[in-house]
Amino acid sequence: MLDDDHPMTAETISAPSRSSRRPLFRRRSAIPGFGLTLGVTLTVLSLIVLIPLSAVAIKASELSLDQFVAAAFSERAMAAYRLTFGAAFVAAVINGVFGVLTTWALVRYEFPGKAVVNALVDLPFALPTAVAGIALATLYAPNGWVGQYLTPLGVKAAYNPIGVTIALIFIGLPFVVRTLEPVMRDLSADVEEAAASLGAGRFATIGRIILPALGPAWLTGFALAFARGVGEYGSVIFIAGNMPYKSEITPLLIIIQLEQFEYANAAAIALVMLGVSFLMLLVINAVQAWSRRFV
Amino acid sequence: MAVPTKANYRHPTDDPVWAKVVIIGLVLAFLGLVLILPLAAVFAEALRKGLAPALEAIATPDAWAAIKLTLITAGIAVPFNAVFGLCAAWAIAKHEFPGKPLLITLIDLPFSVSPVVAGLIYVLVFGLQGWFGDHLVDNDIKIIFAVPGIVLATVFVTFPFIARELIPLMQEQGVSEEEAAVSMGASGLYTFWRVTAPNVRWGLLYGVLLCNARAMGEFGAVSVVSGHIRGLTNTMPLHVEILYNEYDFVAAFAVAALLCLLAIVTLVLKSVLEIAQPDVKRGGGH
Repeated sequence: MLDDDHPMTAETISAPSRSSRRPLFRRRSAIPGFGLTLGVTLTVLSLIVLIPLSAVAIKASELSLDQFVAAAFSERAMAAYRLTFGAAFVAAVINGVFGVLTTWALVRYEFPGKAVVNALVDLPFALPTAVAGIALATLYAPNGWVGQYLTPLGVKAAYNPIGVTIALIFIGLPFVVRTLEPVMRDLSADVEEAAASLGAGRFATIGRIILPALGPAWLTGFALAFARGVGEYGSVIFIAGNMPYKSEITPLLIIIQLEQFEYANAAAIALVMLGVSFLMLLVINAVQAWSRRFV
Repeated sequence: MAVPTKANYRHPTDDPVWAKVVIIGLVLAFLGLVLILPLAAVFAEALRKGLAPALEAIATPDAWAAIKLTLITAGIAVPFNAVFGLCAAWAIAKHEFPGKPLLITLIDLPFSVSPVVAGLIYVLVFGLQGWFGDHLVDNDIKIIFAVPGIVLATVFVTFPFIARELIPLMQEQGVSEEEAAVSMGASGLYTFWRVTAPNVRWGLLYGVLLCNARAMGEFGAVSVVSGHIRGLTNTMPLHVEILYNEYDFVAAFAVAALLCLLAIVTLVLKSVLEIAQPDVKRGGGH
């Protein structure tokens, strides 16, 4: 009996984190400060995140259902959703392809400058989005470093949906690489060796052994890049052109409603975006739970 | 069939040389286009008319005010989130209670909220038409279109950075060392300071580094609550936007170059930390 509660038993030391027989609340944990730290955590979380977030739903509920639909699903808002989700999806697909190649090169190969490339992958995390935005707009403008070569080909890469996609490619890349990296590093070599020793060619090994094992991590990285792209503002507005119905992203539409003091309309559109974010969060959690079943 | 010699032998889990060359070439071309070119463009545009005009743009009073406000904002938001992260990690990693996964998900929530929505929520709470609008006006307190709003929005968008770095790190370290210290009579604070803190300091520094980069660079959320008052509520990224929209490109890119230097320093420190303390690279994701 004493053993169950005493902190220094072999049981608590060898399996401190999880035990199915443990009561829900371990009231007599040996380590102090639980009440204080959990209290601070819950208070700050509520004051900074949860209560202010609830303001979106409360403000939107001031609208009648008709008004809500008119604000959240107007023609202009629908055009913005199509652009935002479409561009985020295309950017996430492109990042999905080059993210796998980049991670593969970083994990499996040695080449000069690898450490620099590895550090550079995180640039979109560290570079302020507004800086990325003006840099990309300058590069892809019709007379920019890249734009001047695209114009003769009849390709317009800035101030339209292509520009939005370019910005979202920049923003999303590290999500795919950093999600894939640990999984690719942990792939055990013996499965590959077994496949090779059974006569599988390198392509068959990659296609049937390696890529399927990367599937869940790839999906998670894809979803993270997509979710970030949907909400992104700073890097996009400089290169988007911001034409209503054509190149106006959803976050910008919220700002436009705010500037016209249409707070409830802004909250309605924000509520749609929050709904999509929660959906993405659920998808990511489901993918991760699903992938754990195979480990 | 050729007999493999030592020179041309290839391990079965290794790729042929041509494949390596193609993949590395593709990767370098892609990263060059997507990452290096924008970075180079910022410095090239800033120095287009030479070093003097760029330095002049950084030395204007408005630019100085923006730099100062950015430093103040990060100086409040980062320590605040560090204290919160330590509290959350202590409660979650060192104790058992129901609903833990939900709590972790809620702490991560700001990562999946658009920065613009992050700004909007504080306008809805503290703005003129907001919950506390009348009360704030009566007492002459300004939060929206003022510095407190900027700090709040920054705290929101950087909220999970340090906590999500510390929680997995402290979970992995378990509780046995702390339990040993406490059972020998150490107080809670003493245990934290002498046992836990030395174990997590590099992870904490790693989180602080990422949190700081985001806090200094945040644009969308801050843009909604700032009101863009020159010299008063402009952070560096907002100052870049104003200069750019006024077609003052050299000045815009000069201030942007300063932010690029911050990003490069962050990446260098981050790489050094990852090489010296491989344990820190655990939280992952942003």
